[in-house]
Amino acid sequence: MGRQNYKLIKTENPMTLMIGIPREIAAGEKRVATVPDVVEKLIKLGFKVAVESGAGDAANFSDDVYRAAGAEIIDGAAKLWAASDIVFKVCVPTTEEVSLLREGGHLIGFIWPAQNPELMQQLAAKKATVLAIDCLPRMLSRAQKMDALTSQAGVAGYRAVIEAANAFGRFFNGQITAAGKVPPAKVFIAGAGVAGLAAIGTAAGLGAIVRANDTRAEVADQVKSLGGEFVKVDYEEEGGGGGGYAKVMSEGFQQAQREMYAKQAKEVDIIITTALIPGKPAPKLITAEMVQSMKPGSVIVDMAAERGGNCELTEPGQAVVKHGVTIVGYTDLNSRLAKQSSTLYGTNLFRLTEELCKTKDGIINVNMDDDAIRGLTVIKDGVVTWPAPAPKLPAAPVKPAAAKVAAPAAKGHGHGGGGAPASAAKTAVIFGVAALLFLFVGAYAPAAFLGHFTVFVLACFVGYMVVWNVTPALHTPLMSVTNAISSIIAIGALVQIAPPTMLGIDRPDALILGLAVAGIALTAVNMFGGFAVTQRMLAMFRK
Amino acid sequence: MSESLATVSYIGATILFILSLGGLSHPETSRRGNLYGMIGMTLAVLATIFGPRVTMAGIPWIVGAMVVGGSVGIYAARKVKMTEMPELVALMHSLVGLAAALVGFANYIDPVAAANLTSAEKAIHEMEIYIGILIGAVTFSGSIIAFGKLSGKIGGKPLLLPARHWMNLLGLLVVIFFGYKFLNAHSVADGMIPLIVMTVIALLFGIHMVMAIGGADMPVVVSMLNSYSGWAAAATGFMLNNDLLIVTGALVGSSGAILSYIMCRAMNRNFISVIAGGFGTGGGTPAAAPGGDAQPAGEVVAVSAVETAELLREAKNVIIVPGYGMAVAQAQHIVYEITQYLREQGVNVRFGIHPVAGRMPGHMNVLLAEARVPYDIVMEMDELNEDFPDTDVAMVIGANDIVNPAAQDDPNSPIAGMPVLEVWKAKTSIVMKRSMASGYAGVDNPLFYKENNRMLFGDAKKMLDEVFVALKS
Repeated sequence: MGRQNYKLIKTENPMTLMIGIPREIAAGEKRVATVPDVVEKLIKLGFKVAVESGAGDAANFSDDVYRAAGAEIIDGAAKLWAASDIVFKVCVPTTEEVSLLREGGHLIGFIWPAQNPELMQQLAAKKATVLAIDCLPRMLSRAQKMDALTSQAGVAGYRAVIEAANAFGRFFNGQITAAGKVPPAKVFIAGAGVAGLAAIGTAAGLGAIVRANDTRAEVADQVKSLGGEFVKVDYEEEGGGGGGYAKVMSEGFQQAQREMYAKQAKEVDIIITTALIPGKPAPKLITAEMVQSMKPGSVIVDMAAERGGNCELTEPGQAVVKHGVTIVGYTDLNSRLAKQSSTLYGTNLFRLTEELCKTKDGIINVNMDDDAIRGLTVIKDGVVTWPAPAPKLPAAPVKPAAAKVAAPAAKGHGHGGGGAPASAAKTAVIFGVAALLFLFVGAYAPAAFLGHFTVFVLACFVGYMVVWNVTPALHTPLMSVTNAISSIIAIGALVQIAPPTMLGIDRPDALILGLAVAGIALTAVNMFGGFAVTQRMLAMFRK
Repeated sequence: MSESLATVSYIGATILFILSLGGLSHPETSRRGNLYGMIGMTLAVLATIFGPRVTMAGIPWIVGAMVVGGSVGIYAARKVKMTEMPELVALMHSLVGLAAALVGFANYIDPVAAANLTSAEKAIHEMEIYIGILIGAVTFSGSIIAFGKLSGKIGGKPLLLPARHWMNLLGLLVVIFFGYKFLNAHSVADGMIPLIVMTVIALLFGIHMVMAIGGADMPVVVSMLNSYSGWAAAATGFMLNNDLLIVTGALVGSSGAILSYIMCRAMNRNFISVIAGGFGTGGGTPAAAPGGDAQPAGEVVAVSAVETAELLREAKNVIIVPGYGMAVAQAQHIVYEITQYLREQGVNVRFGIHPVAGRMPGHMNVLLAEARVPYDIVMEMDELNEDFPDTDVAMVIGANDIVNPAAQDDPNSPIAGMPVLEVWKAKTSIVMKRSMASGYAGVDNPLFYKENNRMLFGDAKKMLDEVFVALKS
């Protein structure tokens, strides 16, 4: 298995594929699909790498650095696309870029197939194989290392706080200085997805009081773990829509939510909104009245601006001041932190490349049996394969309880192993059997036996009651002490050593004596050894 | 000493035994509990020796046997290493089993015992002998095999003979058949043959039963044998009409049974399936389970001792999860030195103990106690499993299956549904292991391939020594 090879073997192979990194041409886009550090790793995987001249300039990676890392620098997009077997991109490719793609070539980057049906047609016509990083099945835990949506959202969340701090006229942290007391800034974050969580962490790190809300109640703990306070909407409804996204909520919920937002708007200094619902325009959470109700000098950063914005007054791509509130609607938060975004994105693509090239020989294998690869691949050799069927086990990691219930069934025996109380039917059967048994004993056994039997049954119950209270830490001493106590069987041997003689009965004394002495010696080992070893163990337990 | 006085002494001994087990419920009262046990035993033995059923002629023999056995026992108790505790306990169970069988035989050939009995009473008496010897023999041979497996003299892999359930069933039928013949025997000599045949079958059954159980299930086996030794004592009590033996045997028997149940529950396994032997016999075999997606993929990230020390130094919350590997490497002392050092630096270090970590119930607790780790930072799985998300470093020392996320994530895994310590939820987990080999259950562990997991390869003690040196530098 390749995964056990720690050394990456570099081989010269004439079939080695060329990975091409074009310069991003979208307006304002400063990211680049790979960085020099990643270039080195890709070369170790056996690939050749070509970078378009100037591709990394906007992210502060010069051609020279790429060259030093082992990449070939190619002037001009046309030549680069022509030379590349696999193209790594950040932004959705334009029609011109698609026309440059080699017939039957590979393309990896953001595609958003649902929003770009024409692009899909064009790519299919090129007989291309396209892996859309935005289609990654995010619920697979091993896919997390390739999750570019997450890495980019994290950067954007951080930057959103920085933009808010830039536009906000005060400190984030509270201070008591010689020049007077500064109250801490109050930040409200709508939506605790990856971007929201990153924003919570960043804002809390700067010293602000952070509150956050999300329609998915299960993220409350994550909010708390980052130093935020989770604000609940006073309405019962579960908002998880699968794949880590939220879904559209009912009218009643939305009403309650609006009231909560209106209340927060009056109280806080900064609102950062990150609410997105897949395939739909961003929900309007912050109305014009709410903006009006905010203190002058407050800031709203609308991270959903690209999809219309969570605030009614957002102007996508711009920072505007309305009713004394700065509303930041930048859609290029990632490009505003281009070096960091590019490094993380490049690493995501590298991890994906590793999955594609498990043989580490510079040749990729788009294995459609692999859940992660299957989900990513939207076009295979010119055939549209999007959307992928749902991954096989999305629920199990989230709800261990469900897995527990499923497990005994899968193993094929009826008894649940867990601590669940036995079912009524089962209890009834047990009692029934016990009653029959007692009936049988009562009917046939002589009186003397019954006396002993009573003692026996009661002792079993006493043992049962007593032992349940034993703390698991003491199970070993318990076992050795019960072991020592079980040498009570010595009494059986003792009474046979030399009982009072009974007239008229011929007793094989020597043989019995031998057996009994052996029995006593054996149990004595237990008796003394068991108590001594328990003593030794218990002496070690200390506070 | 009169009959009544002896009986009263027996009642006193019984109460002391119950108090003894009750005292073990908490470390603070446990020493007193052990003392109660000792006093109870002394009382019971003295009351018997000076009671009406033993004459003075037997005293030298008794003292001689007691001195020999007792000195062997005390010597073994002094010398045994804490890591070898499971072996010692298993070996001691075998002695009880053997003694029960011997007492049974002695009682059968003793004509005094059966004198003055009506025919119904005689039948019951003989049945008691038969069952007593049966349980004793099974306990004896089973414990010997368990001892062999625990000490590594016999391989840990389950030995699965073809049609083994049928063989056991056949054995049972033969035992019942000879039981019938035994009850109908007219003289002691006649009855001896069925009795010996049954004993041989019981011995073979004990061997076969434990041989079929895998090493990872040993905690269940050890506590089950503990239970058997109690039932053997109880059967002897019925045979001798002795209530003290019955009560004590029942106490021990039910305590062992409960322990077995607790262990099974900790592994989310059915008691029957453990006893029936083999791992995963209930459903899909491990070999068939991993489909394409069940196979953990990715790379493992190895770290050095120095990097481990850095991770520990920067952590605020650390949870250490020990397993059998720690016992094998005798690493508990260095673990405590590291713990002590980190606690002095203000790091919150705790231990997370899985109920079936090690080879007998509570094994890890004993080892940590030996290393003088205070018991209030040694937690059970349920007590700290929720704290992993707030933990900076979870250090797994020589454990594997008990930290396997596949138990929760992969319904096809042979250990699916077994409660596990969720170390992967910590910010970083470090797994100390000698190699990439899988654990006793033979299941691959996806934890090793998680992004926040680091592997520290090497012998646990050696690596921890290096970590400690790096920590202090």
